[in-house]
Amino acid sequence: MTTQYLNDPMQEVFIFETSQQLEQMEQSVIKTEALGSYPSETINEIFRIMHTIKSSAAMMLINNMSVLAHTTEDMFYFIREENPQDIDVSALSDLVFEGIDFMKLELEKIKNGDVADGDPEPLKEKITEHLVILKEKNNLTHSQIVNNEPVKEKYYISSNKAAKASEPKTYKAVLQFEENCGMENIRAFTVVHNLKEITESFKSFPEDVINDPDCVEIIKRDGFVLHIKTPEPKEKLELFFSTMVFIDTIEIIELDKSQEIKEEISILLSDDTIIVPQLKEPIKERGSNKEVVVSNGSQSPSMISVSVEKLDKLMNLVGEMVISEAMVTQNPDLKGLVLDNFSKSARQLRKITNELQDMVMSIRMVPLGPTFFKMNRIVRDISKKLDKEINLKILGEETEVDKNIIEQIGDPLMHIVRNSADHGIETAETRVLQGKSRAGTITLEAKNAGGEVLIIIKDDGKGLSKEGILKKALENGLIGEEAENMTDTEIFNMIFLPGFSTKEAVTEFSGRGVGMDVVAKNIEAVGGNILVESVEGQGTTITLKIPLTLAIIEGMNIRVGQSCYTLPIMSIKESFIPKAVEVFRDTDENEMIMIRGQCYPIMRLKERYKVKTGATQIEDGILIMLEGENKTVCLFADELLGEQQVVVKTLPKYIRQMKNIDGLAGCTLLGDGNISLILDVNGLISKARLRN
Amino acid sequence: MADEFEEFDEIELEDDETEEGKFLTFILGNETYGLEIIYVTEIIGIQKITEVPELPDYVKGIMSLRGQIIPVVDIRLRFEKPYREYDERTCVIVVDISDITVGLIVDGVAEVVTIPEEQILPHPDLDESYNRQFVRGIGKVGNEVKLLLDCHKLLADDDIENLEQEA
Repeated sequence: MTTQYLNDPMQEVFIFETSQQLEQMEQSVIKTEALGSYPSETINEIFRIMHTIKSSAAMMLINNMSVLAHTTEDMFYFIREENPQDIDVSALSDLVFEGIDFMKLELEKIKNGDVADGDPEPLKEKITEHLVILKEKNNLTHSQIVNNEPVKEKYYISSNKAAKASEPKTYKAVLQFEENCGMENIRAFTVVHNLKEITESFKSFPEDVINDPDCVEIIKRDGFVLHIKTPEPKEKLELFFSTMVFIDTIEIIELDKSQEIKEEISILLSDDTIIVPQLKEPIKERGSNKEVVVSNGSQSPSMISVSVEKLDKLMNLVGEMVISEAMVTQNPDLKGLVLDNFSKSARQLRKITNELQDMVMSIRMVPLGPTFFKMNRIVRDISKKLDKEINLKILGEETEVDKNIIEQIGDPLMHIVRNSADHGIETAETRVLQGKSRAGTITLEAKNAGGEVLIIIKDDGKGLSKEGILKKALENGLIGEEAENMTDTEIFNMIFLPGFSTKEAVTEFSGRGVGMDVVAKNIEAVGGNILVESVEGQGTTITLKIPLTLAIIEGMNIRVGQSCYTLPIMSIKESFIPKAVEVFRDTDENEMIMIRGQCYPIMRLKERYKVKTGATQIEDGILIMLEGENKTVCLFADELLGEQQVVVKTLPKYIRQMKNIDGLAGCTLLGDGNISLILDVNGLISKARLRN
Repeated sequence: MADEFEEFDEIELEDDETEEGKFLTFILGNETYGLEIIYVTEIIGIQKITEVPELPDYVKGIMSLRGQIIPVVDIRLRFEKPYREYDERTCVIVVDISDITVGLIVDGVAEVVTIPEEQILPHPDLDESYNRQFVRGIGKVGNEVKLLLDCHKLLADDDIENLEQEA
């Protein structure tokens, strides 16, 4: 029902911003938990985020989120103002996380076009209870600090619910102070101060009359505006204001409900600084004397979210444009004509199209950071529930991967991390008994390697038990007689088979035996593969190799006859024009060349792929020395065409189904619209070895 | 020639909802073949094709269709007919069959015809043991005969079937 009142762009923005804020909040809370105390920056941050969400959710008429955000905000308001010394950090974080999860779920519902119908009450109760406990613990039950801001906000959120007992009315009062009375802000403050004696439900604009230097001007210009909610009649208010000094005119209007909300919305929309309450005191360090720097990228540069589909289309369009550009500037009709001005403009056009192409390609690349940071939460939850001590170390989070891949690897990564935390890492006691440090470590690392992206998930837990895996596999009928001859790798890879789980007990987090095969499927879907290494008692390392697919690589284009191939720059050691005398053959007609005392095999791409055209004489071409994982060869091609950043595309599904071509990693579109095949050096070399 | 293709596109668009029983016919040597129109995405002129090594002869390679890379199959070679040089009549029919996009090289496209089910005769010699049977029926349009192709068979390869069974 909510959705029909909303226009989509607004909702989109709401969902996007709110989920980002929740994400940010989650990260901050995880960090603070590690510190064991809440630094005031974090408290302020949570307060601010909750406040924003409360307001925007109310604006979007999503009441349950708004209510919950409000309750959380209240709690943090108390913590901020009272600075209680005795905070149960982990219980508090649990509550906050529960709140975040609730809101995330609601967001998800809204995204799917459902009604956000989750019931915030149970959680709200819990938070309120916690707040009471917090107050009692710190003997602050009779808090004297007047929580102006949240109290007066409460009325409009709860207006649909309770608080209708005495039918309080809402008034809007505009006070104009006498001209030249001076110190308008002090006068306003007096009004506010005295008003507190009558009612606590009010809101003033400008909000912070004491600390905001601009407010004098605002009051002078627009008057001092008060929104008052009180059961008292209008006359009484008029009387009250007339007792104040220096007031020139008083204007009191009774607002009805719809007006009230409209007002709120217009305020919310008008300016952020109005709804975000300012700190009344300088920031202080709370509960700990540690120097704490909480940086969580909250000052991220301005960003917009774009659907990947649009980017795909854009990329294809740019590709088309590059081809069209070539078609225009190299049009056969222009042959033989001397067109100085035309070629000048054409050059300019080419330059711009190239830049455009580069830019479009880079847009799709997103750092892995956010995906990695999400794991913090998972590790935290598990370590808490299972009473383990686990540190998560994140390395190389700046590694950029294509957006599509990020989406694909999020889930698998989560499964693996869960598994490591749940099954891998032992409890602190067990670890100590085994002479390991109490806290287990899970390392998440990403790096570019030879045109591939490696994501390594390493834990120092108990490792995989070969016997256990074999036993299980035999029980489940996954393997038969061949068990004895299996290599370690083969054994470890069985954990990715469907229906395999070594863990007897199923926990909340993992162990249903459906996890790992899904992981394998997802990774294979992006054309990657998984390597498992494990030493029993020392830990497990799972490496996800995300291939060139879709990632941008630095490529060297080479030509063989009329075909064009691209080699990943990473694998090229050098290139040189050989002399016929340097090349010799062994008895099997294998060509070789001696370079600086080392002997390298020569591979002719022309023969390897049976290309019909191209140079056959060794002097007519060029040798490119390629370094694979464990072998180096010299590739013979006609010429080098030049270096280029290319977006790797997979070969069409039809061809992949037909045959897995050794040595081909994919293909790419070149600037001139031609397709180049991307060579996979390891594939090329290993095939050569087989043939030999 | 380009205009000719656009016409086909228009026909497709108009009959969005009544694609049942419609066939795109194309010429291969002396025969006219028909493809169910729901599989056809578009028709383009022959373009530069990049060869891909280690594939059967009939897979001519890959080409770029507005940034999308699609494989191209020469229907002549697929049916084990002699190869014929491509000319300005040669077309590529882009088909999308169960999420696999493939370009089919044909001698030329003819027209879009409606062949009701009752006008389609089964293949006279439907020998089960002969598994390379691409024609699923013979359509009668007036006096002419159109060989209606089984698109799935067209793309299926013995290898593919094996793969699918494994998977």
